[in-house]
Amino acid sequence: MHDLQPLTALGGTTAQIDSFAHITIAENDGLALASVAARLGHEAACHKTLKKLLGAVPAPGKAVLHDPEAGFWMGPDQWMIGAPRETHELLADTLDALFGKTASVTEQTGAWVCFDVTGLAMPDLCERVCALPIRKMAAGDAQRTMIHQLGCFVIRRESADHIRILGPRASAGSLHHTLITAAHAVA
Amino acid sequence: MTQMNRLAGGQIDRNKTCKFTFDGKAYTGHQGDTLASALLANGVRLMGRSFKYHRPRGVLTAGSEEPNALVELRAGARQEPNTRATTAELYDGLFAKSQNRLGSLKFDLLAINDRFSNFLTAGFYYKTFMWPAAFWEKLYEPIIRNAAGLGSLSLEDDPDVYDKGFLHCDLLIIGAGPAGLMAALTAGRAGTDVILADEDFAVGGRLNSETLTIGDQSGAAWAAQAMTELRSLPNVRIMPRTTVIGAFDHGIYGAVERVSDHMHTPDAGKPRQILWRLYAKQTILAAGAIERPIAFENNDRPGIMLASALRTYANRFAVTADKRVAIFTNNDDGHRTAADLHAKGVKISAVVDVRPDAPRSMDYEVLQGEVVDTKGRLGLTFAEVKQADGNMRTLECGALGMSGGWNPNVHMTCHQRGRPVWNADIAAFVPGADLPAGMVVAGAANGDLSTAGALRGGAAAAKQALGLKGRLPTMPETEDKPINLKPFWYVEGCSRAWLDQQNDVTVKDVKLSHQEGFRSVEHLKRYTTLGMATDQGKTSNMGGLAIMAELAGKTIPEVGTTIFRPPYTPTAIGVLGGRHRGQEFHPKRLTPSHRWATEQGAIFVEVGNWLRAQWFPRKGETTWRESVDREVLATRNSVGVCDVTTLGKVDVQGTDAAAFLNKIYCNGFALLAVGKTRYGLMLREDGIAMDDGTAARLAEDHFVVTTTTANALPVYRHMEFVRQCLYPDMDVQLISTTEAWAQYAVAGPNSRNLLSKIVDQDISNDAFPFMACANITICGGLRARLFRISFSGELAYEIAVPTAYGDALMRKIMDAGAEFDVTPYGTEALGVMRIEKGHAAGNELNGTTTALNLGMGRMVSKKKDSIGSTLSEREGLNGDGQLYQVGIKPVDANDPVPAGAHLMNADGPIDAAHDQGYVTSACFSPNLGHAIAIGFLKDGANRMGETMQLVSPLTRVHVDVEITSAHFIDPEGERLRA
Amino acid sequence: MIIDHPLLGPRDAAEFTYMGDAKLIDRPDWQSDTAAQDFYEYGYLRDNPAGWHEELWFHEAGDRSWLVVTRNTVTHEISKVELARDVARAKGRSK
Repeated sequence: MHDLQPLTALGGTTAQIDSFAHITIAENDGLALASVAARLGHEAACHKTLKKLLGAVPAPGKAVLHDPEAGFWMGPDQWMIGAPRETHELLADTLDALFGKTASVTEQTGAWVCFDVTGLAMPDLCERVCALPIRKMAAGDAQRTMIHQLGCFVIRRESADHIRILGPRASAGSLHHTLITAAHAVA
Repeated sequence: MTQMNRLAGGQIDRNKTCKFTFDGKAYTGHQGDTLASALLANGVRLMGRSFKYHRPRGVLTAGSEEPNALVELRAGARQEPNTRATTAELYDGLFAKSQNRLGSLKFDLLAINDRFSNFLTAGFYYKTFMWPAAFWEKLYEPIIRNAAGLGSLSLEDDPDVYDKGFLHCDLLIIGAGPAGLMAALTAGRAGTDVILADEDFAVGGRLNSETLTIGDQSGAAWAAQAMTELRSLPNVRIMPRTTVIGAFDHGIYGAVERVSDHMHTPDAGKPRQILWRLYAKQTILAAGAIERPIAFENNDRPGIMLASALRTYANRFAVTADKRVAIFTNNDDGHRTAADLHAKGVKISAVVDVRPDAPRSMDYEVLQGEVVDTKGRLGLTFAEVKQADGNMRTLECGALGMSGGWNPNVHMTCHQRGRPVWNADIAAFVPGADLPAGMVVAGAANGDLSTAGALRGGAAAAKQALGLKGRLPTMPETEDKPINLKPFWYVEGCSRAWLDQQNDVTVKDVKLSHQEGFRSVEHLKRYTTLGMATDQGKTSNMGGLAIMAELAGKTIPEVGTTIFRPPYTPTAIGVLGGRHRGQEFHPKRLTPSHRWATEQGAIFVEVGNWLRAQWFPRKGETTWRESVDREVLATRNSVGVCDVTTLGKVDVQGTDAAAFLNKIYCNGFALLAVGKTRYGLMLREDGIAMDDGTAARLAEDHFVVTTTTANALPVYRHMEFVRQCLYPDMDVQLISTTEAWAQYAVAGPNSRNLLSKIVDQDISNDAFPFMACANITICGGLRARLFRISFSGELAYEIAVPTAYGDALMRKIMDAGAEFDVTPYGTEALGVMRIEKGHAAGNELNGTTTALNLGMGRMVSKKKDSIGSTLSEREGLNGDGQLYQVGIKPVDANDPVPAGAHLMNADGPIDAAHDQGYVTSACFSPNLGHAIAIGFLKDGANRMGETMQLVSPLTRVHVDVEITSAHFIDPEGERLRA
Repeated sequence: MIIDHPLLGPRDAAEFTYMGDAKLIDRPDWQSDTAAQDFYEYGYLRDNPAGWHEELWFHEAGDRSWLVVTRNTVTHEISKVELARDVARAKGRSK
């Protein structure tokens, strides 16, 4: 086993948590991610495997909040699959084996920073950072949008006051700053 | 005496006293006051000076349409110029100064302009400063600039923050007067998602300004009750202090919420203002109407204001502008002001009505006639009245209310090319049929000027917007009078009757502009500046149009209005910028080695949004060149390491992946073996080079493509275009993986020795030759990718690991490389080494160069179709005399060869007509000991060894240079393959 | 503007990148006898109508779909939004 110590997207050795009166912003460093894109002509087979994996095929704008693997729609015939990194460090390899030639799998773990935003003021915070109709979104809605000029996925989780934001990892600091200042503004 | 003009009643909170200062003098007012109402309460009528003539001015209005009472609000860095005293909410500690004056407000030295007013008429600037031309820059402009403008800036950074935000609703209601409130009640009760926005801090609109009743309660009480009900509805969001500033395409509205303007300083972390982007399925515009003044001689003295404003000050703010008030009106509404003020104990000098059938009063005198002049240097003292019977009367009064009828607030109905239409009944423009999609107009904004009309209109608009069927509910009993107005715009025979009080435009100016041939209303506006001030002519444009129509012998609708454009009211630049300023102007992208590089004291440079290490200074190095030279030599002599994560990476998979690359690259990829990497040149469809990079074939159906740092996004977009729009049936899938992998270049003769200590497999030249690529593991098991590619021209590798391990890998490389004195290098050294090798980069792929220019003409495969291949064969891009990439070195090794300089023939003239080419990239080569450059030269391939002149007349460069191969170092490429 | 994405519903045009005339889908055949002329017209000649126009928009901050948007350049009214891939296939483009 190698001895290389990973850093979180914010550059720490442990995930960062920031708490405010009605908002908590928690860096989630525990996600393994991989994208799955159906091969042309193999869409049905790909769907079948997705269904087996997640219980359902995520529709456009939707996530399937399955455990341990969850997934959301990224684009036509393309999905992001997530799972706990602790148990799924080699998620991409696993999926590659699972889908075989029916899909193209690409490791995405390192590409994203993930923040779990929870609390009563979560919708207020969302309104300050992105154009999504957050109050009309329901659990399982997953949309890509712009936050501080960054393309981010916003996923409404089961709990009514919880959203998960996936943003470009290299800009984790800028995204975090944006969320923190918005939290101050709505706290 | 404090608050000498305060009356009884009103909606101020007398238990809360606010101390404030205006021009250094201390006053008191109450919560619920505006700065304007508090100043009037204290007997202050003089609040500003006009723009051009520096005439003394007071408030004209009680709302956001105010042209005159503009002040500098707050002190120090928070000072805000041109703030309307009529909308500035009073708070304890408010600090304001008058503006646009030299000296004090009472003795403004620039008031001398008023004496020269005969010279300063319409078109003055155009006529006067034309000659002599040389005087413009040196004399006229500085003087004009000094005198121009209104308030002054603090010139300090704004310490406050501004937010942007996004809101969605089924129904946006603009304006919370009677129509807006009734619409909100109707829609809110039906369960619709409603946003109700009003620019005022008190909701209720005109209801707060009137004494009328709705049902059995006052209008203000009815509004308060409606608010109570609306607040109880979870589907209704009420946004006071929120001005909707523009109606944009498809139901998008802009709105500015003043979150903290009514406070001394914003609470910590809270924004001063928020710019909301509102997405509304339907919109009801219930923005009310604005009363218009009447133009007469000296109608601008402090104390002369709109009659409706006098009423607002008396009924809402419990203030009268003076103890003696006269009214000048052409309609019944002016009489309402007189009655309300009289009831509050104010002496009505007289009501002057132009109509013969004016209503009579038991309480005060009503004169048929016109106000023809006024007196009072810094504030109104007398009004001269010419009665219909020809007799003159002098009225003693400190305030005069003008009532010329009401203009529906059609502004927002015109933001999408809509044009208002004329309604003769009220002699005003009302919204036309061409409203922004999804908009319905209600109440006074729609020309329904009575309270009952507003309530009915609000309810009907809500039903219409929501598609609700059924009859309107019964409305409470309220005022429902017709307007009864005789159009009357200005008093004949005046020399100085003001239309636009902020820009000092008189009736005479409009006539002059007509006389000089300006017939279009848009020309009138630009020539006279009527309506071009910060108030955009909300109180003045109609008067100008009416006079223009009269002069041209047309009707007012034939003349038409100028175009209404957003924003509705002046909007601070700060709120348009939001959080995007200073360090947060745009997001930063940090490389995986950023933390480590910071520890090393790296100097960073912005490349797009990326922060890249530019060089790594060491102790004792005093110039950047010292550091860069050391990094270059250390790399070429032993081994260097550089973070190259920023290069764009695209994962290309699918059975047609190779065929796809054959389309996007001009050179071939179908035959590239698995485990090999190839350089690729991407052309635009017009044959010009777009980007370059490498494609590594990790499997038969799997490539990793790299792009330049700057082009990562556009290249990805282009690839998706080719995939989706041109070859929709190719089995190919794309996804960006730029940030998924931390990638480092390890370059130099010792790079293999270094990496062998880290990777888990044999990377000898046989096992892993030049241009090899593979998925590998390192350090006993971490997944990684290895590419044997080189930008420096040395034996080199690029190694990639999942981003989270990037920091650890950099530290591991530095540890493992210690015995080779491994040297981190930045983008400067990277640049020097690529110039030494003649590799093209952004300066060469500059949007004008072809593969041929770049010396890669033969790479464009003619055996296949690729983007740009056909047009790259065009005659004009080929044949003799084309630019060709060459190397350039100075004849005298001490000379520079600066980028941007142009090449001229050795003995030829130096001018643009004889230009032979130019330098694109230049540096000092520490390996060669002199400056080198690459550039483009006409027919350059055939001119090796030629001596030329390199010139840059602008920067006084003129050196003799020799044309060479661009491959300054190791031209045979032996080091690469070692 | 709001673009009614065929898969995702109404989205702010700020999420999209504009490329212009959807005729860019009609890339000429490189082996045609008139290829040089065809590519010249394809590359350089565009209609610039004041009125209805089929345009290419890329959902850059969204699902990365290229869309063909039929938009009135005078009023900004949008009458039709399709996936460019479907349009390309309908026009007979393949691989």
